[in-house]
Amino acid sequence: MPLINPGFGIFFWMTIIFLLVVFILGRYAWPPILKGLKEREESIQESLDAAKEAQEQMKKLKADNEKLLHEAKQERDAILLEARKIKEKIIEDARVKALKEADSIVESAREQISNEKRAALVEIKNLIAEYSIEIAEKVLQEELKEKGRQQEYVSRLLEEINLN
Amino acid sequence: MTNQNLVNKIITFLLVFFVGFGTPLLAQQDSTRNETDFQKEQEAAQKEGFELGKLIIEHITDSYEYHIFSVGSHHLTVPLPVILYDQGHWITFWSSEFHHRNGIYKGYYVAEKGNNQGKIVRKDAEGNVVKPQLDISITRTVGTLILNSIVVVLIFVSLAKVYRRRKGVAPKGFQSLMEPLIVFIRDDVARASIGEKHYERFTPFLLTLFFFIFLNNLLGIIPFFPWSVGVTANIAVTGVMALIVFIITTVNGNKHYWTDIFNTPGVPWWLKFPIPLMPVVEVMGLFIKPIVLMIRLFANMIAGHTAIMGFVALIFIFAKFSVGLGYGVSVVSVLFSIFLDLLEVLVALIQAYVFTILSALYFGMAVETPKNH
Repeated sequence: MPLINPGFGIFFWMTIIFLLVVFILGRYAWPPILKGLKEREESIQESLDAAKEAQEQMKKLKADNEKLLHEAKQERDAILLEARKIKEKIIEDARVKALKEADSIVESAREQISNEKRAALVEIKNLIAEYSIEIAEKVLQEELKEKGRQQEYVSRLLEEINLN
Repeated sequence: MTNQNLVNKIITFLLVFFVGFGTPLLAQQDSTRNETDFQKEQEAAQKEGFELGKLIIEHITDSYEYHIFSVGSHHLTVPLPVILYDQGHWITFWSSEFHHRNGIYKGYYVAEKGNNQGKIVRKDAEGNVVKPQLDISITRTVGTLILNSIVVVLIFVSLAKVYRRRKGVAPKGFQSLMEPLIVFIRDDVARASIGEKHYERFTPFLLTLFFFIFLNNLLGIIPFFPWSVGVTANIAVTGVMALIVFIITTVNGNKHYWTDIFNTPGVPWWLKFPIPLMPVVEVMGLFIKPIVLMIRLFANMIAGHTAIMGFVALIFIFAKFSVGLGYGVSVVSVLFSIFLDLLEVLVALIQAYVFTILSALYFGMAVETPKNH
């Protein structure tokens, strides 16, 4: 059967040719192809990883932002609340202080008024005394213009002293 | 020729052709017919069948020249160099010398029959047919092999250039056609069968093996010169590849591999003594594996070529009975041939894949390290 009796020639050439093909492809074709494939796959994987990481970072950043925003809001609320409290306190304080001041002003005014009144009374008293003396003087002068009368008056005065 | 006669002839032919030994049955049925007349027909049919067989064999076996076509008695052939070493001399000549000198050149001729059918032989002093000591002629199988190998090398060396030039860029054009196949062989054949640790060592060889077989299978489907011969439909071609696979497996076999063969674990002692049955089976398996590789690819490719040849030949066989019938059958034959050709494309891929994955599995077995349980 020629089918299964192919002869040595083909065997010989096939061995040489096939080994040559294996060698040439193994030396010049497969290393760059496999290397290129591997490098591309690695770069794709790296890119995917980087993208994933970036996404995660983005997510984290967003969460951070939200957290920050939330905190800021809370802080703002707290500050506002405190400010309101402070405002109320200030108003209250001012009111209390104003009342106190007013009271003290009124008090001091009253005191001053009473002082002034007393001074005025003293002055009036002095004036009245002065005027009384002056009048009395003038009356006495009028009454004691005559010698006899002067004498009489002195005698009466003296009498009065003696009585004592 | 009457209609009845024609129908009988067709039936006779079909039985002879497909069943082979249908004649007794037919002879009983057709008792009215003349005995000698029938025998003549039978002989004719057998001769027809024989010639068809010869035709097919000639197409799928090797030859010292490319036979392109014949017009009448004129043959258009492409000669190939004959290289012989015999009686201490190298003898080289073009195969066309046979045609110029009535088929004999310096005593050498192509044997028509016998053990050396289709090969160059000579007659020794006693008139016995002897082969030359060494015949390394570039036959058409070798010629096509060289051509196909150049095609394979050109394809992949140019592809390598593309990969060098287009680093880190998405594949394009021809590159993206080949890349899935390369990645498939690397990941699903080499890595899956050999394992992560060793697969990179064998991947280049497996890739070469796959694409060499695949391309030769595919080109073998082309029925025109210079591909009119299927390279992988030659048992020496598949044999060399199987042998190389066997050598690589054997050379790479580690301790665990040989232990599995000569002292298979888990075998009860009474199977080891007095007759070590498992080692015998395993050693046989060692050689059967590459032989099966060789035969599977060879048989698959030759079966496809033979079937297509058979369908095409049917047209001419039927045309001998009647021209009209020949035309009628040609429609069916062409359709079946197209179907078979498409099937061949599928088989070309599948057989290349099967050869490669089995080789990868054998490599995997050779370098496998035992898992610690």
